[in-house]
This record gives sequence, structure tokens and C-alpha cells, in this order.
Amino acid sequence: MKGERDQLTIAPDGAPLEDQPKWRQDFPIDWPQDHYVSRRDFTKFMVLTSLAFTVGQFWIVVQNYLRARRGQLPLLKIADVHQVSVGNAFAFAYPEPHDSCLLLRTGEESFIAFSQKCTHLSCAVVPQPDKGRFYCPCHVGSFDLTTGAPTAGPPRRPLPRITLEVRSGAVYATGVELRMV
Amino acid sequence: MPVPEQNEFFIDPNRCIGCQACVQACSECETHKGYSMIHLDFVDREHSVQTAPVVCLHCDSPTCAEVCPADAIKKTADGVVQSARKPRCIACNNCVLACPFGVPKMNTDFKLMMKCDMCYDRTSEGLKPMCATVCPSQALFFGTREQIELIRPRSTPTNEFRFGGQTITTKVNMMLPKTGKAEYLDVTQAMGQGASGKTISLNIMDSMYDEGPEQ
Repeated sequence: MKGERDQLTIAPDGAPLEDQPKWRQDFPIDWPQDHYVSRRDFTKFMVLTSLAFTVGQFWIVVQNYLRARRGQLPLLKIADVHQVSVGNAFAFAYPEPHDSCLLLRTGEESFIAFSQKCTHLSCAVVPQPDKGRFYCPCHVGSFDLTTGAPTAGPPRRPLPRITLEVRSGAVYATGVELRMV
Repeated sequence: MPVPEQNEFFIDPNRCIGCQACVQACSECETHKGYSMIHLDFVDREHSVQTAPVVCLHCDSPTCAEVCPADAIKKTADGVVQSARKPRCIACNNCVLACPFGVPKMNTDFKLMMKCDMCYDRTSEGLKPMCATVCPSQALFFGTREQIELIRPRSTPTNEFRFGGQTITTKVNMMLPKTGKAEYLDVTQAMGQGASGKTISLNIMDSMYDEGPEQ
């Protein structure tokens, strides 16, 4: 009488199971063998999975450390105050040359800046101060002009805000504030 | 619960009357309602009304499972080759092309291969498969060897089929006349020839053909 875990199906070449390639044992045709998980396989799975989680934790720690070491973003002069008139926008790039952003002068003394990348699929948003919004033409998304919060369309996250500092008649970018809500 | 060992499937194509009862009964099944897993083949439609029912023969070394790249076709411990596992089947058609009996059917609507599984839901509970339950001429018979010997005293069951250099043994039996000898047909060689004018007959039928008009 054959046991529950013995293979019943004979390979086409008729050779015994020991002479068969490894894949034939890994992918048996017989249902009982397919369902059977040996204690060794189960332990292997558990050990490797927990190892992967542990490595993941260390990865997060290393990333945090690297981020801290990179330190603060550089201070960058965007424009002189008189270059931007009230209610107008000024395009600049921060912190990298390809990260385009928009500076808005909302009042005589108030400035605000956001990344131009739509949080849906990274199209460039267009400022529409008369409608009080940033408009994304790709999927008709829009963001609030003063807070950068999504107001319509597919985007769900607000635009990253660029922190600003006005110093002796010029506007400087000091950092990027990534927000989830 | 496994299929009881004494219960076996016997196909006797000689007795098939082409009534389609098995096809209808098969498609009544709740597990594949509306889709019949049985093939009712016309042997040579131009010259004969003979039909032959083809259910899965449940090979001991199933070729369909051997060629499955997705590991979707499994055989239970009692030797029944199951229909493709739905989460695994990738609808690649390998099994459909590989099966020497032409059993697996590809359902492109479901992107799933479906085949006869000898009504595993019924046979594993000790019942007969749907087709064998309804067959009026016992061309499809499910029962013990003693029973088939009693109702078919002139036939003997065989479960060995030769395809080229490969010999396949199956769980399902085909009924052959006791007096006949095993014929080997080279199908690939005969492929170029038309079917008409060729009579492949078992010797019990020879007298009938001798009397008939020559074509």
C-alpha cells in the first residue's frame, strides 16, 4: 500500500523519483503531494520571511540616518521682492534644477510657494489666481491657491509647500514641506 | 472520501446511439452548468451514424498535467485527474493540444480550461457520474468489473493505449471484443489519406462489410 505522501504519477521517462529533476518534486502532479508542506519548508519560509522584515527595519533606520546626514536643504534666493507684483506668480526650481516650483505674491508682504508637480501624476500645475486655484490640465485637477490642498479632480494629496523667508528685499527658499493631508 | 476502488468507468463506443443524453446530463451539473465536459464524436460522419462518447480517461501519467506550465492540473490520490485549478490556469491551451484523447476544453470566456473530472463531487460520494447515470445503452458504464462482465460477456475491458512510442495506461477502461486483437494504427502516417473508402473494422464485423457493396 502506497503512503499518502508517495508520488503516484510516474514521469514520462519512467525513471524513479530520485532520478528526476528537482522541479518535478517541487511541482508534483499528485494532489496530496501538492498540498503537503514539509516541516523544513515551513521553517524555511518563516525564517526567510522574518529575515526580510528584519532587513526592512534596518533599511528604514539607515534611510533615516542618511536623511539626517544630508541635513537641511540649501538656502536659495528666488527673486527680489519688487520682481513679483501682487497677485502674480514666479517660476523657479528648488531644491534641484528640475524641481520646478511656483512663487506667489498674495499680498504686499505675503509670499507663498508650492511645488508645481501635481500630486496625481506629476503634470505641471498652472496658477489661475483669478479663480483662486492651481489647475492641472492633464486630468482636470485643481488645488487651492493659498493652501495647496486638493479641491477637485483626481489628486488626493496637497502640493508640497516650499518654506520661504523674506530677507532684505529678497525672497529665499529654505526647505520643502511634504504633506500628506 | 476517495472514489470507491471497486467502482470503475467503462466506455463501450460500439453501443453508443448518439442520443446526446450524456451531453445534456453533463451540462446539468451545478459545478459547470450549461457547459458539457463530454465529447460526443462522430467517427466518420459522411459514411456512418456511429458516434463515440469521449470522457476523460484519467491517465496514470497525465500528459495534460505534464505540459501544464502553471501547475494547474492535479491528480487526486485515487487517480482522478481534476479540471484546471481556476486561480492557476493561464488559458495557454497546452493541455488541449497535448491530450492524446482530445479531452480538455478551453473556455475562452472564462480563460479557463475545463475538463471531465469523472463527476468527482458525485463519484467520491459513491454515486455514478452524470453521463453513466443517464446513458440508455450503457455505452458509458460505471460499476464493478463483475457487473460489466455480466452484461458484456463478449467484451473485455482494456486500459492500455499506444500513441507512437508511448504507451498510456488509464483509470477508465475501454470495452473491446474478446475475440479481437489489439490493433496498432499509425495515425500520423494515415493523416495524408482521406477517411473515405477505408474501413477499419474489428473482425466480428468483417462479415457485414464483406456482404456490403464495395465503394
